[in-house]
Amino acid sequence: MEINPLVIFMASIFTNNMILANFLGMCSFIAVSKEIKTAWGLGQAVTFVLTGTSILNYLIYHHILVPYDLEYLRFIVFIILIAAFVQLVEMIVERYVPTLYYSLGIFLPLITVNCAILGVSLFMVIRDYNLIQSAFFGLGSGIGWALAIVALAGIRQKIKSAPVPQGLEGPGITLIIIGLMALAFIGFSGIANVQ
Amino acid sequence: MTQIVITVGIMSSISGVLALMLTLANQYIANYGECTITINQDKEFVVEGGSTLLSTLNEQELFLPSACGGKGTCGLCKCAIHEGAGPVLPTETSFLTEEDKEKNIRLSCQVKVKSDMQLGIPEDLLNARKYEAVVESIKELTDTIRFLRIKITDNQEIDFIPGQYVQLLAPPYPGNPEEVFRAYSLASSSSEKDSIELIIGYVEEGLVTTYVHQFLEEGDQVSFNGPFGDFYLQKDSDTEIVLIAVGTGLAPIRSILYQMKEESIDRKTTFFFGAKTEKDLVLADEMREFEEILPNFSYKPVLSRLKDDDPWEGDRGRVTDSIEKYIDDAENKEAYLCGSPVMIESAVEKLKEKGFTDEVIFYDEFG
Repeated sequence: MEINPLVIFMASIFTNNMILANFLGMCSFIAVSKEIKTAWGLGQAVTFVLTGTSILNYLIYHHILVPYDLEYLRFIVFIILIAAFVQLVEMIVERYVPTLYYSLGIFLPLITVNCAILGVSLFMVIRDYNLIQSAFFGLGSGIGWALAIVALAGIRQKIKSAPVPQGLEGPGITLIIIGLMALAFIGFSGIANVQ
Repeated sequence: MTQIVITVGIMSSISGVLALMLTLANQYIANYGECTITINQDKEFVVEGGSTLLSTLNEQELFLPSACGGKGTCGLCKCAIHEGAGPVLPTETSFLTEEDKEKNIRLSCQVKVKSDMQLGIPEDLLNARKYEAVVESIKELTDTIRFLRIKITDNQEIDFIPGQYVQLLAPPYPGNPEEVFRAYSLASSSSEKDSIELIIGYVEEGLVTTYVHQFLEEGDQVSFNGPFGDFYLQKDSDTEIVLIAVGTGLAPIRSILYQMKEESIDRKTTFFFGAKTEKDLVLADEMREFEEILPNFSYKPVLSRLKDDDPWEGDRGRVTDSIEKYIDDAENKEAYLCGSPVMIESAVEKLKEKGFTDEVIFYDEFG
C-alpha cells in the first residue's frame, strides 16, 4: 500500500520521532542541548544533512546498488556518502556562519556518526519507500530531531536555576527529561502510525 | 570474477565521485586564497588564508604573547583587528571586556584569516622573535629562587629595553603533557646580546616554574620568545627614581641598574627591596656593588619576618613602611614597581597618599 508522503512526514516528526521514539542520535542530543541557539543551529544542520543524504542514498541504492545486486554494500556506501556530505556542510558552515561553526565545535563533524542519519537511510530501505516518500521521511525526521533538541534545550535553560540534586546535575537530569519527553510524545501515537 | 570487478568498480566510482566533489568544494568553498594582512597601516604581507591569525603571524615571525599555545584559554594573544575579522566568536567573549570590543580587540588564536585584514599591534610586540638557546648555568639564590643564564645558540642577537620580559617555553615533562609559555623579566644587561639572565621563583603547581626548578639542568636546550612589555625607565626625564620590588621582582630592576651603569645615568635613585628574612635578600652583594659604582644610588632592603632579637640593623616591615619612612613627597620623582599584584596594589596606594600621580607610577605586575 502506498503511504501518503505527508503522512510519513508528520509521523516522522511526532509519532516516530527519531530521538523520542527510536532513541537514535543521543550523543549530540545530550551534548549540544544546553542552549536553544546552538541546539537550533545543530537541528538545522541535522535536518539539512538528513534530507540531503536520504535523497542521495535513495538514488544510489535504487539506481546503482540494486541493479548490480550490491545491496549488501549499503552500509559502507551510505556511510561514506554521509561522511562526504557532512564534510561539505562543515565547509559551508565554517565559511558562511563562523559563529555557528565555533559554537557547534566538534559536534558538527560528529553528525557523520549520528545514528539518526544512518538510521533514516536504513529505515527507508527496509520500509521500501519511494523517492518522494524518502525525501519527506528524511525532512520530517530532521525536523523532528530539531524540534526535540530545541525543546530539550528550552527545558534545560529553565532548569539551570532550579535546585537539582547534586548527583543528578548535567547528563543525569537530562536523561530523565528525555524520558519524560518521550512519554509525552507517546501521546501523539494515535495521530498516524507508520512502521 | 565479474562480480568482484563490478563491486570494486562501483565502490571506486562512488568514492571517486565523492572525492571529486569534496576536492571541488575545498577549492571553491574552503579556499580563502591569498589574503593581505596590514599591520598598523604600515607593514603588509600576503599570506595563505584559512588558518588562525596567531599561527599565521607566527609563520611570518611575528610573535604575539600566548601562554596556552592557541587554545583560547589564556587570553594573552589579544590584538586589534580593525577589518576582516567577522563577528566575535563565542570562544572569545569571556576574554573581551566592553572596552576591548569598542577597540576591535580580538583573540588572535580564535580568529581565522579569511579575508584581507587590518591589524593594530603595539610596536614593541613587532620586535619579538623566537630564540633557540642553551642553559649555561643555574645558581640557587635561595631554596625557591633560581638564577638562570641562558646562551642564545641560533646566531641571533636579542635587542631589548631593560625592564622588558621574554616568554620561556617549557616542553612537555612528566606531569605536564603540553608545551606552555610563561613570562619572565630579563635580569641581564641589555648590552649583552648573545645571552640572557632570568630570576625564576618556584610557584607551587606552576607549570613552567616546576619545569625550571625540578627538571631543567645546565646544558639543556630551551627556547623563548620576546622581548615584550612596556615597563622600562623613562629616559627623557631627569627626575629622582624610586625603585620598589619584592622577591623575583628584582629581575627587571637589576637590568635597569645595569643600564644606568652603562649609560652613566646619575639620577638620584633609591631601591626599596622587600624580603622575608636576610637570606631572601637575593643578589644583595651585587646591589651593594651598584651602590659603589652609581654615586647616587642607594639600596634599602626591608625585611618583614624577623624575630625581635635578630641582629639585622636595616629596615624592618614591608616596602610600604619604607615608602612611608623615606619618601616625603612626590615632587620630581618617578616610581617603578615590580612584584606581586598585592604588593603593587598596596604600594601604589601608599605612593598616591604621598602625592604620586598615575603618570609617574610605572609597574610590572607578576601575575
